[in-house]
Amino acid sequence: MKYLDEFSNPELAQKLLEQIDAATTGRWAIMEVCGGQTHSIIRHGIDQLLPDGIELIHGPGCPVCVTPLELIDKALEIAARPGVIFCSFGDMLRVPGSTDDLFRIKSAGGDVRVVYSPLDALNLARDNPDREVVFFGIGFETTAPANAMTVYQAQRLGVRNFSLLVSHVLVPPAVAAIMESPTCRVQAFLAAGHVCSVMGTAEYPPLAEKYSVPIVVTGFEPLDILEGIRRTVLQLEQGRHEPENAYPRAVRDEGNPAAMAMLRDVFDVTDRTWRGIGMIPGSGWRLSERYREFDAEARFDVGGINTAESEICRSGEVLQGLIKPHECAAFGKECTPRNPLGATMVSSEGACAAYYLYRRLELQEAGAHA
Amino acid sequence: MPDAAPDLEGARVDGPDFEGWVCPLPLRDSPTVVMGHGGGGAMSAELVEHLFLPSFGAAADAGMGDSAVLDVAGGRLAFSTDSYVVRPMFFPGGSIGDLAVNGTVNDLAMSGARPLALSTAFILEEGTPLAEVARVAETMGVAASIAGVRLVTGDTKVVDAGHGDRVYVNTAGVGVVPDGVDVRPDRARPGDVVIVSGDIGVHGVAVLSCREGLEFGTTVETDSAALHGLVAAMLATGGDVRVLRDPTRGGVAASLNEIAGSSGVGVEITERHLPIPQPVADACSLLGLDPLYVANEGKLVAFVAPDDAEQVLEAMRGHEHGKGAVVVGSCVEAHAGMVVARTGLGGTRVVDMPLGEQLPRIC
Amino acid sequence: MCLAVPGRVLALSEKDGTTMAEVDFGGVRKDVCCQYVPDVRTGDYVMVHVGFAIQMLDEESALRTLEEFEHLGVLEEEFGDQFALAAQQAGVEAPAAAAGNGTRGAGR
Repeated sequence: MKYLDEFSNPELAQKLLEQIDAATTGRWAIMEVCGGQTHSIIRHGIDQLLPDGIELIHGPGCPVCVTPLELIDKALEIAARPGVIFCSFGDMLRVPGSTDDLFRIKSAGGDVRVVYSPLDALNLARDNPDREVVFFGIGFETTAPANAMTVYQAQRLGVRNFSLLVSHVLVPPAVAAIMESPTCRVQAFLAAGHVCSVMGTAEYPPLAEKYSVPIVVTGFEPLDILEGIRRTVLQLEQGRHEPENAYPRAVRDEGNPAAMAMLRDVFDVTDRTWRGIGMIPGSGWRLSERYREFDAEARFDVGGINTAESEICRSGEVLQGLIKPHECAAFGKECTPRNPLGATMVSSEGACAAYYLYRRLELQEAGAHA
Repeated sequence: MPDAAPDLEGARVDGPDFEGWVCPLPLRDSPTVVMGHGGGGAMSAELVEHLFLPSFGAAADAGMGDSAVLDVAGGRLAFSTDSYVVRPMFFPGGSIGDLAVNGTVNDLAMSGARPLALSTAFILEEGTPLAEVARVAETMGVAASIAGVRLVTGDTKVVDAGHGDRVYVNTAGVGVVPDGVDVRPDRARPGDVVIVSGDIGVHGVAVLSCREGLEFGTTVETDSAALHGLVAAMLATGGDVRVLRDPTRGGVAASLNEIAGSSGVGVEITERHLPIPQPVADACSLLGLDPLYVANEGKLVAFVAPDDAEQVLEAMRGHEHGKGAVVVGSCVEAHAGMVVARTGLGGTRVVDMPLGEQLPRIC
Repeated sequence: MCLAVPGRVLALSEKDGTTMAEVDFGGVRKDVCCQYVPDVRTGDYVMVHVGFAIQMLDEESALRTLEEFEHLGVLEEEFGDQFALAAQQAGVEAPAAAAGNGTRGAGR
């Protein structure tokens, strides 16, 4: 695919790796925020190819992983109701709630459907006027414009049997929360490229300043990630802490004004609980007053949910980059992609799943020599 | 009730001939499956005589009895069964009928067998248009003729509307494994060469492209094909073909993992050598899928003794269904049971057994 | 969060009051909502996420980036000062001398 394949070129990757190697003299801990970046790093083996002095800490940028347990349980409750068509991105299907997941609800007779776009869910609502169609609106700022437009259209076209179960989370407050943590080891951030395609880069200079960290907007293909790391290392080695854009082909400083205007109209900032991390003030979006009628939480009175997290799951610490997945006692034993205890093992870009799926060989060999 | 029949443009039959049926009058006007068709009486017989046999064409035996008795010339009997529930039933380049025949033929071929005959069992949902059933049967007849196998016996049952999904097909097949041929999943050894017979990920992308909610336009058509001729060509070289597997559900990844597990060997593959056509790669990028996990219906994976690999590869490339055959990796002693890939960048990653169905992702 | 892929706009249309486009992803075609890229024209490349174009792809920038990668080692040989080059790319003043060894404490 044009403008994608070229950014996987192995020869250019080798050049970038050599540059990174040449520049690295210290030991640096860099966090990649976005789960998609984590996936790409582990999948292509980038973490294995970097010099020893560079540690990549995998951040909480996995919207599937951080969706609060209570909301998942509410989703399951709604999906199980007769007359409801529950639509979701594929990523959410196996995320465990307290006792169930969407897959099991489906096999018990719930009408659960995977869609590629929230507009597909809206079309389902129009084609099935006698059913209630609910869309599970998770995601970071990248996905929010799509969900916003869908709700906006629903209102414009008068599609009353459609609603959105909202769980949007925002990156900059998460970056701040991570830096505020007393156990924080992060010295620099690779910012999420496609979040910035929407939101621009304006939120990062204050963060870079306040916490004295380089923040480099980075893409997702192997060359993009290596370039983001290269620029970050150069900053760290030079004692700089600036915002920088290493993904200019898809990110403009001003972001996408049309999308941001829609987001301001459809969503309000709210406090949001991140699964495994806790409440981060002002870190989420919910439907604004004007669109509240499309809020599935209000439409389906889902109360009295008793959530129960697994006691041995340490997803939260993984999400904050405090431990590596294999440092959790349950990793690979009680907790596997087949039987995930927490969301970081279920989502394909959750750090635990990534390690289990792609890194079992090294972990096995390391264990053999332990 | 199933919804409207699919567009039958391009179908090679005009539909079943309803003259002379004893079916109640309304049926002749709107011919759909009714419960009586599964009852085993005159209506069932009519369905076989006036729909299935004409649709199967030359591939079917005229007298389809309860069981068929076949002459088996020297060798061992291979036996396999599979059920087909693919949705949608008609997809770019093929249909459930193609899969039903080629899939079971291939299962037999993966043991090194020459396929002899198939049974065909249908579970039909009441209300399904008969023309649709006929079209499925017709594609089965054509696929069977191309593959050189006969459809020798069968069965039909009907379930209430809402309790099935139009047409479910089961085929069971028997074949003969010639003396001296020993192809088994546990025969792989360190040093064996791993060969893939051609482009991967093709069938899965073709089917996904018309699945509701995901529709996308693509030129990719299913690769469904009968592979016993290719297998025969490979065995005829006299080389030691140790394991054969057709990577259907779960893709090449599932097959390699199963064989690694059965044989107790490690498997190493090189991503750069995997034959992934550009349209498949693009569709997978769009949906966030890994081509290694996407289904194939006309490809095989072979584990061949290292000394014989070159001649087997040459024989494959000389066959219509093996033109794109390439070496993708080898067996090793290390990490027994595990499949490891060398990435494009030179790193490594484990290629794990797929959990369930691969789902499109947004992240 | 971020599976967005670049595609080329083939044809624009309108549906339910929103701008839609048939987008080509190297052979795979999909209908995409282009309401967020109002300046888009046929032939442009857009970044597509869950059926929406979220940004225009700057082709010139893409080619420039690739060219920079190609010349990475070369430029270093020419100029001999990686740090100056990096600073130039970041659009800031070059530091007086390379920073010393050792780790920096987590910034506050």
